[in-house]
Amino acid sequence: MDYVKLINCMRCGMCLPSCPTYKETFLETASPRGRVALIRKVQEGELDQSERLLEYLSLCLDCQACASACPCGVNAGELVTEFTCERKGGEGLSFMEDLVLRRLVPHPDRLEASLVPMRLYQRTGLQKLVRKLGVMKLFPESLERMEGLLPNLPARPLRQTIAEVTPARGEERGTVTFFLGCVMSLIFSEASRATVRLLSELGYRVVTPRNQVCCGAPNMLSGDLDGLKEAVRSNVAVFGGIEADFIVTDCGGCGAELKHYGHHLEGDPEAAAFSAKVRDISQVLALHQEELRAKLKPLPLTVTYHDPCHIAHCQGIRREPRDLLRLIPRLEYRELEAADACCGSAGTYNIAKPEMADRILTRKIDTIRATGVELLATGNPGCLLQLKKGLAEQLPQVGIVHVTELLARSLDGTP
Amino acid sequence: MEQSFIKELQTIVGDQYTLTDRESLAVYGYDSTPELESRPGVVLLPGSLSEVARILALCHGAGISVTPRGSGTNLSGGSLSGGGVVVQTSRMNRIVEVDEENLTATVEPGVITSALHREVEGRGLFYPPDPGSMNISTMGGNVAENSGGLRGLKYGVTADYVTGLTTVLADGELLHTGGKTVKDVAGYSLNPLLVSSEGTLGFFTSITVKLIPKPRAKITMLAHFPELNQAALAVSAIIAAKVIPATLEFLDKVTIKCVEDYSHVGLPLDVDAVLLIEVDGHPAVVAEEAASVEEICKRHRCSFFQTAKDADEALKLATARRTALSALARLKPTTILEDATVPRSCIAPMLQVIQETARKYNLTIGTFGHAGDGNLHPTCLTDERDKDEIARAHAAFDEIFDAAIAMGGTITGEHGVGLAKKRYLPRLVGESGIKVMRGIKQAFDPKGILNPGKVF
Ligand SMILES: Cc1cc2nc3c(=O)[nH]c(=O)nc-3n(C[C@H](O)[C@H](O)[C@H](O)COP(=O)(O)OP(=O)(O)OC[C@H]3O[C@@H](n4cnc5c(N)ncnc54)[C@H](O)[C@@H]3O)c2cc1C
Repeated sequence: MDYVKLINCMRCGMCLPSCPTYKETFLETASPRGRVALIRKVQEGELDQSERLLEYLSLCLDCQACASACPCGVNAGELVTEFTCERKGGEGLSFMEDLVLRRLVPHPDRLEASLVPMRLYQRTGLQKLVRKLGVMKLFPESLERMEGLLPNLPARPLRQTIAEVTPARGEERGTVTFFLGCVMSLIFSEASRATVRLLSELGYRVVTPRNQVCCGAPNMLSGDLDGLKEAVRSNVAVFGGIEADFIVTDCGGCGAELKHYGHHLEGDPEAAAFSAKVRDISQVLALHQEELRAKLKPLPLTVTYHDPCHIAHCQGIRREPRDLLRLIPRLEYRELEAADACCGSAGTYNIAKPEMADRILTRKIDTIRATGVELLATGNPGCLLQLKKGLAEQLPQVGIVHVTELLARSLDGTP
Repeated sequence: MEQSFIKELQTIVGDQYTLTDRESLAVYGYDSTPELESRPGVVLLPGSLSEVARILALCHGAGISVTPRGSGTNLSGGSLSGGGVVVQTSRMNRIVEVDEENLTATVEPGVITSALHREVEGRGLFYPPDPGSMNISTMGGNVAENSGGLRGLKYGVTADYVTGLTTVLADGELLHTGGKTVKDVAGYSLNPLLVSSEGTLGFFTSITVKLIPKPRAKITMLAHFPELNQAALAVSAIIAAKVIPATLEFLDKVTIKCVEDYSHVGLPLDVDAVLLIEVDGHPAVVAEEAASVEEICKRHRCSFFQTAKDADEALKLATARRTALSALARLKPTTILEDATVPRSCIAPMLQVIQETARKYNLTIGTFGHAGDGNLHPTCLTDERDKDEIARAHAAFDEIFDAAIAMGGTITGEHGVGLAKKRYLPRLVGESGIKVMRGIKQAFDPKGILNPGKVF
């Protein structure tokens, strides 16, 4: 780890009010400034890598709100991830991690197959029964939480059903390749279908390579750098072989990771070229606002937007999704207070740190309540899962959609 | 610190709010002051006045030091403690009351400054002190440091707004001073004494401040100056023209570049200085004042003059200014910032001294600050690992302080003395000054347990 990155933190505290866990605890150990100091002190030999120290660091959501807030360019979230990664990398993967990260995630077929029992479980009515009987209480808490987060799964993952090439509607303006996020494909396939449709409506030929693999973010988070590089190489090879204007994704988390490929394979020009082409779907749609406006039909709805950390803080995209929502005729857009504050999903954080995740989620739901809207739009599957659960429990009158799904509904004029 | 004593503290605030692990103590060993660190013996987070009083009574009995802490953003080492008890106020963060009849607000010490702004501005009222750190600094810290802000020129500093305090004294007794009245001459004026006492005279548990009606209009302007000296002269000329802007902030070339790198608000990279100017008040007066400001800046050869087109743009400019100090840290890991303040007619000569001193000692110094208040923040960009450069930086500041004192100025306008400026205080206030201050400390805290070692 680069020591200068640590001493660049001048401890001014500008990050403190942006940090979700500091806002909940007011503890210096739960603040970006404190985390950087802890890592620095380990580096300087003043503190050991104690279990407690790692426990403190693990409270970080890596939402990177602190990076947006830091005037001197320190990224505490990234430093924490890097630090824990280095440490974990040295330890090797646990049996479970090896199973999931090496044998499941890199192979879409196996990953998809692993959800078959879950789909059956939902479809046979077993889920209803389990929930009614409270059988889940018998399982470890993390499993119970996972079960609670999972919405109804589509009959088949999108990757298996979507055409490899979706032609442009009308005159073709160019070609884009579509990066299918695992969670989008497995769970939010309707939103991704909408994404492809919007691109095609705007004149793009959309190529969705079937042999693409997971973006590698789960490997990164577990410190599995070899697995990460493997994923990067596979995707760079697959997408590098297709002429396209952009590589588009509608998953904020994947987008942030894909834009880092150049950094992950430092010195590899193809990885850098790959990253340079990556766009969040909102960036591409926002290029064609006038044409889109002409196609959209009125949706008389009140809507607000939650900024996913991976889109606002990691990719710096804030205006485009809002501009797109405002294109929809008769839609009343209301701004959300602290819209770019994390919802507590943060990858698998809501499973690892349920108590903190719930507090952060409740704060988010309270701000949504204050807007009085009917519908919440966002652009990342982790947020969709987390907020769907939060809304269902605390604010059931408010619905939630991916931005592209809402735009597609406006194409049809069906709210 | 003895385990049995920590146990007693624990019974007051609860286990959860008593921090004793190495990691926690390590991160409560710093604040925003460069180069200074020391580890406390224990950190407490009390939830109420009575808990604070019990902590102080207990520590007083045992002769153990207590250092109050808000958000730890002060720039003079004021919230550091070597081995003592640090008491953080963050849980005491209620805005107790906004009294619209008396135009006062009463808050607990852990309330964040900008949270109070939001609360009162929602009711058409105004609490002017707005330090650069207002989104994180606490009201307790602001009172203890008598913090200034960007609006100090027209509206004054924290001391001008504090009308009442509830203070826990060193032995745990309560002291109420002032209240909601506009006037009060009963006995010595203790409020102003407690304001800026840097945690050495008492622990504030409740703070009452006066509010004023929110100005109806505001115009925010930015002027670019190819010549530094002309910018400084423009500051004096604006004030001499009997226009008192709410804000009259100065940024030099080094600072402009760093701020622009972070905030992308469109600051010019090819000029020597910019002034950020805000006039506020009655719409008619504001328009007139803005016109004279523009005229004066043009007379001082500003190359470009911009008026913010809406509230959003104005906010962006002011927010960019607030990041100046931290943004300077982009260039080098360590920023040593000073707070020398001179009578405002001396801004131009002071800037010249800073420049010459930087050259003499071969240092990069970025300067920004509350030019209208004569309060500049020359900031040396350095690297703590370069011992030689650090030594030169301190020598340079030594000279800058002497120059400020010679001009009738002071060694610190708003950051306080704390540990960092202790050495310079005698030069400014003389032996008699130190003697009187010691006498006051003795009267409030004879055992010397409150934030010992600070100020003198
Ligand atoms: C980026 C940046 C910009 C800044 N801009 C400005 C500026 O424009 N103007 C300005 O004046 N300052 C500025 N400061 C300095 C700093 O923010 C102020 O001094 C602020 O008032 C400190 O508040 P705090 O809550 O962080 O207090 P702390 O740093 O925690 O404490 C400051 C002092 O107050 C004492 N204290 C805290 N709470 C209490 C209490 N309840 N009772 C008694 N004593 C108490 C502490 O013991 C300590 O001595 C800036 C700092 C930074 C990092």
